[in-house]
Amino acid sequence: MSLAHDTFSGFSINRVYALVLRYTYLLRSSWPRLLELVYWPAVQMLTWGFIQVYIANTSGKAAFAAGTLIGAMLLWDVLFRSQLGFSISFLEEIWARNMANLLMSPMRPLEFVAALIIMSLIRLAIGLGPVSIMAILFFGFNYFAMGLGAVLFFINLVLTGWAVGLAVSGIVLRHGLGAESLAWTVMFIMLPLACVYYPVSVLPDFLQPLAWCLPPTYVFEGLRALLIDHTLRSDLMIMAFMINVILLIGGTTIFMVLLQKARAAGSLLQMGE
Amino acid sequence: MLSDSSTPVIALEHLVKSFASANAVNGISFSVAKGEVVGLLGGNGAGKTTTIGMIMGLVTPSSGSVRVFGVNMVDRRYEVLHRMNFESPYVDMPHRLTVRQNLDVFARLYGVEHASDRIRELAESLDLTEFIDRPAGQLSAGQKTRVALAKALINDPELLLLDEPTASLDPDTADWIRTRLETFRTRRNATILLASHNMAEVERLCDRVIIMKKGQIADQGTPDDLIRRYGRTDLEEVFLDVARTGALQKGEIR
Repeated sequence: MSLAHDTFSGFSINRVYALVLRYTYLLRSSWPRLLELVYWPAVQMLTWGFIQVYIANTSGKAAFAAGTLIGAMLLWDVLFRSQLGFSISFLEEIWARNMANLLMSPMRPLEFVAALIIMSLIRLAIGLGPVSIMAILFFGFNYFAMGLGAVLFFINLVLTGWAVGLAVSGIVLRHGLGAESLAWTVMFIMLPLACVYYPVSVLPDFLQPLAWCLPPTYVFEGLRALLIDHTLRSDLMIMAFMINVILLIGGTTIFMVLLQKARAAGSLLQMGE
Repeated sequence: MLSDSSTPVIALEHLVKSFASANAVNGISFSVAKGEVVGLLGGNGAGKTTTIGMIMGLVTPSSGSVRVFGVNMVDRRYEVLHRMNFESPYVDMPHRLTVRQNLDVFARLYGVEHASDRIRELAESLDLTEFIDRPAGQLSAGQKTRVALAKALINDPELLLLDEPTASLDPDTADWIRTRLETFRTRRNATILLASHNMAEVERLCDRVIIMKKGQIADQGTPDDLIRRYGRTDLEEVFLDVARTGALQKGEIR
């Protein structure tokens, strides 16, 4: 009863807006925070871009000339930073010792989640917008030229990022700041398995079924199909979306159940640094 | 569900909260009527903060019931959270946001109409005007307490829960806060539950006092009644009696 009440009772756009306002106030208050959003994606894009140019020039492989490395790097950052943007906004409340204020207000947990999702998108736009433009200027790689593929890749990756962000936030709610490092590290478990920079066929046979359980695997395979074969694999996108729906339901359930457990453990009252 | 005037604002029945093997709160029952100011006293670890946490819906009871405005706080707290608010030294507000930004966010979360007017009104009554556009993290302890009180009053709550509202404040600032609380209570006919270690504060503000010890209610009554029954001159001596030698039995007078 309590879990259902917490999850589904009246949703207010105004309260979501209040929370988004709170995070944008925070972002605006600190230019280093804004710079940090762009800094790493830019460094990574330049590094991978030059590696791609070098390999393409020395091996003459068409795949590299097509921009698979830069494309994969940009999409990896969409995945990683959608989760990080979600989790960091959540952690801001714990660092500020503000969680009890929020949870004792009329704010519903799903409104909180909605605000974290919006902030994840805002942070992505701030971080990856300039980097996408740099990719065009430095390496002639235009992400947006992928058209519908770019949209489908983006949607599937942010859905995975939010599902993981929800689970990580739930774990931090229940176990406190001792678990905060998960926000920076958990996604890297996916890096080798999601086959970001190489095809699934490279993996040992026993790992391939595991890789196909992860939605990003379908996205990165789809990216290579689009760039190399000029084919938009809708079958891959549909599979990724279906697994994402399952992951999102799982992430939301983990978040809500761990919030309930944190209430039962009495850890919400004094949560903070 | 709306409460009528006869429904207690707070009603606890046989409330228990266990952590691991210990009972932080062990079967307490009490109610608080509309407009009443009740002090919750007890030493460290007596169960005051856990009790307040359960009343706020932030801590789930192990057993027993918590009703606020007649609503079960475990199942249906969102029906009443907009009518209550709280202040606690264990909770802070975002340091990088200015006082005005913080109050703006909470006004929106509580659905306060004419939020800027309400913020201006609170800034004037709580003397925040001078630093309202400064980041909350740059304020002194006294200023932070005033801001926390402004946040607690942002929705003009019918029920205010205060956990050591004047802890770590100098006597002058603490007195100033108490005066504002008295004004608020009189104007709003608000119900206040106040956990405090400051006996002078409790004597001044509270109509009734509940003394907790080891998760249970050791004694309760008006401050005058407790002082008379224990044969003491002030509440602090009563508190020490209860803490060191135990509470009087019902009807007993020392």
